[in-house]
Amino acid sequence: MITRRLQYELAGQVTGPILMALENYRLQRRRRKHAPKDHPFGPPIACSRKMKDLMSIYYYQGRWADGAVPVAWISSGFPVELMRPFGFYAVYPENHGALCAARHMMPDLAAVAEEAGYSQDLCAYARTDIGSVLSGKTPLGRMPRPDLVAACSNICQTVLYWFRTIADHFGVPFFILDTPYVYGDFKDHHLDFVADQLEELAVVARDVSGRHVSDEELDRVNRTAKEGARLWGECLDVSRHRPAPWTAFDQFFHMAPVVTLRGTEDCNAYYRELLDELNDRVARGIGGIKEERHRLLWDNIAIWPKLRELSWLFASNGFNFVTATYTNSWRESVPLWDLDDRVGSSAKMLSNTLLNRDLRNRFRLMRELISDFGADGVVLHSDRSCKPYSVGQYDLKEAFTRELGVKVAVIEADHADPRQYAAEQVENRLQAFMESFQ
Amino acid sequence: MSATEARAFGIDIGSTTTKAVAVDDGGDVIGRFLEPTSPFVEDQTGRALAVLRADCGGADSPVGATGYGRKRVPAATRVVTEITCHARGAFHLAERPGVLVDFGGQDTKVIVIGDRGEVVDFRMNDKCAAGTGRFLEVILGRLQVGLDDAPALVEQASHAATVSSTCTVFAESEVISLVAQGEAVADIVLGLHRSLASRVAALAGRLTDHREVLMSGGVALNRAMADALAGALERPITVLPEPQLVGALGAALAVLPVQGRP
Repeated sequence: MITRRLQYELAGQVTGPILMALENYRLQRRRRKHAPKDHPFGPPIACSRKMKDLMSIYYYQGRWADGAVPVAWISSGFPVELMRPFGFYAVYPENHGALCAARHMMPDLAAVAEEAGYSQDLCAYARTDIGSVLSGKTPLGRMPRPDLVAACSNICQTVLYWFRTIADHFGVPFFILDTPYVYGDFKDHHLDFVADQLEELAVVARDVSGRHVSDEELDRVNRTAKEGARLWGECLDVSRHRPAPWTAFDQFFHMAPVVTLRGTEDCNAYYRELLDELNDRVARGIGGIKEERHRLLWDNIAIWPKLRELSWLFASNGFNFVTATYTNSWRESVPLWDLDDRVGSSAKMLSNTLLNRDLRNRFRLMRELISDFGADGVVLHSDRSCKPYSVGQYDLKEAFTRELGVKVAVIEADHADPRQYAAEQVENRLQAFMESFQ
Repeated sequence: MSATEARAFGIDIGSTTTKAVAVDDGGDVIGRFLEPTSPFVEDQTGRALAVLRADCGGADSPVGATGYGRKRVPAATRVVTEITCHARGAFHLAERPGVLVDFGGQDTKVIVIGDRGEVVDFRMNDKCAAGTGRFLEVILGRLQVGLDDAPALVEQASHAATVSSTCTVFAESEVISLVAQGEAVADIVLGLHRSLASRVAALAGRLTDHREVLMSGGVALNRAMADALAGALERPITVLPEPQLVGALGAALAVLPVQGRP
């Protein structure tokens, strides 16, 4: 245990940072040798390197987490800030799925799950993770074995079955946080039901970690987490300026700390630095793309395996995604976050996710984003893997066209499975959409 | 050699057929070229242009390219998607707004055309060729009926056999079982047309509400298909003249110099 803990701390404090420094040195030399080609983007965000270091060291340290600290595999909508005080190292299977997709490892890992009998109609993240667990293959080198698996139903129902499969595979406890779907306004008995489960979570976290945590400690981490989400929101809001200093495609990468490291000072320090840089870009008139002629809203999860192609396509035609419902998700509950009522406000925030509320709420939120960010078009990604995010998009399209007069395109794709992406059809559709602005 | 010189050329490299036109000052078609699409797009489009230039002149006139092979036309002055081109071509021919159903070989598009010939909204089939000309071609081939013979055969039908499968491959086996059950070929062919029309009507959804429906694409040459679509949409349809060339015409119009502007 002591040796393992030592390895874990060394990975985070010494070997991880040294390896990152060496990697950065190697990349710098490579960059000098290969001059950047002509591209339609603004200058790169300098902070990106720091974000990559932060996340890479976190993942690297994770290789030695099991046996050193308690490990929880949790869903993206789960309240990590309520777990962190108990010393948990958090693994996000969804982030892992996105990473595998971006590294083009998804089809091979999914094939393992599909051969084991999991349907191709299942979420591609689920198939990727299950394939990774069954095969032991991961771009992270090694994933730490969980002591607890925990999922919240506020993003979809699939996580309940997918995470249960993972918990069963490792033979560890599985905690479900059930947030009833919100039609119209919140209902008190729903919120009480969620709050009761959060009280139970504190007991489970204590039992699994073997650590007693004071209310003061829980409040302290909760405060730090709220500050992180607030800072992330400020970074997003900078894109209200013209030109927007970054794009939603940049945000898809820079959101990693607010998802994974929420509740840590490292996360907040990073977003303070990013915010300074973004404000500086605004002051100097630097845009995320070289020539921002039109501003768009992106809806749904990123298409990870095609991010590069899509960002080039839009940027080279003068279109910038200045806002996205996906990246906005980690800031939308900040106004509900009451530091004096940790459990009660957490129950409300957890129930308030975009995918746990009705279409009317989603329309209201997107209408606000369109107006606040001055978007003159919307791209709705109908995501084969994520049905809760995709249901209702054609109704949204009609409503936006009719009520707001903005141009809307729907593209059919998948957030992780490249086999569900018809490049020619998608590009054709998007080109026609962009031509309609002329 | 044509009496008027070509002022612009348009090339539409579709999944099934390559179409090219030469247009005069007013955007009217003065030369045409049609061939099944070859895998060697560069050679084929080069030849199409050579044929049109030999016939209509316009050695220095600009070239607009569209269709799935649009990026492989070395001579192209401008590359535009077929959605925009079909809208422009249809607006030029009809001289009024409306909703265009472009029935192509491997995709079907429903395009709402605005008052200036611009694309207001559009829908198209995605990842599946069930609602396209290819569907008809495959199934008619299975029944050994030529595409040109279909309209006459439909007129002989006593009723429409039900073809319910939405997949071209499954529909093929469904049709074989209909033959085995003793359904007349004419009734099956009518059923196929109605089945295809209902799919396109579903794709169009409410886009056709309160708008005149125009039709383009190679399938529009099949009179029986136009009738079936009119039936499914419960409204008359105007088939545009030379419907296969509408996309190529739109591509030519996209590069046609406007008078007083180079």
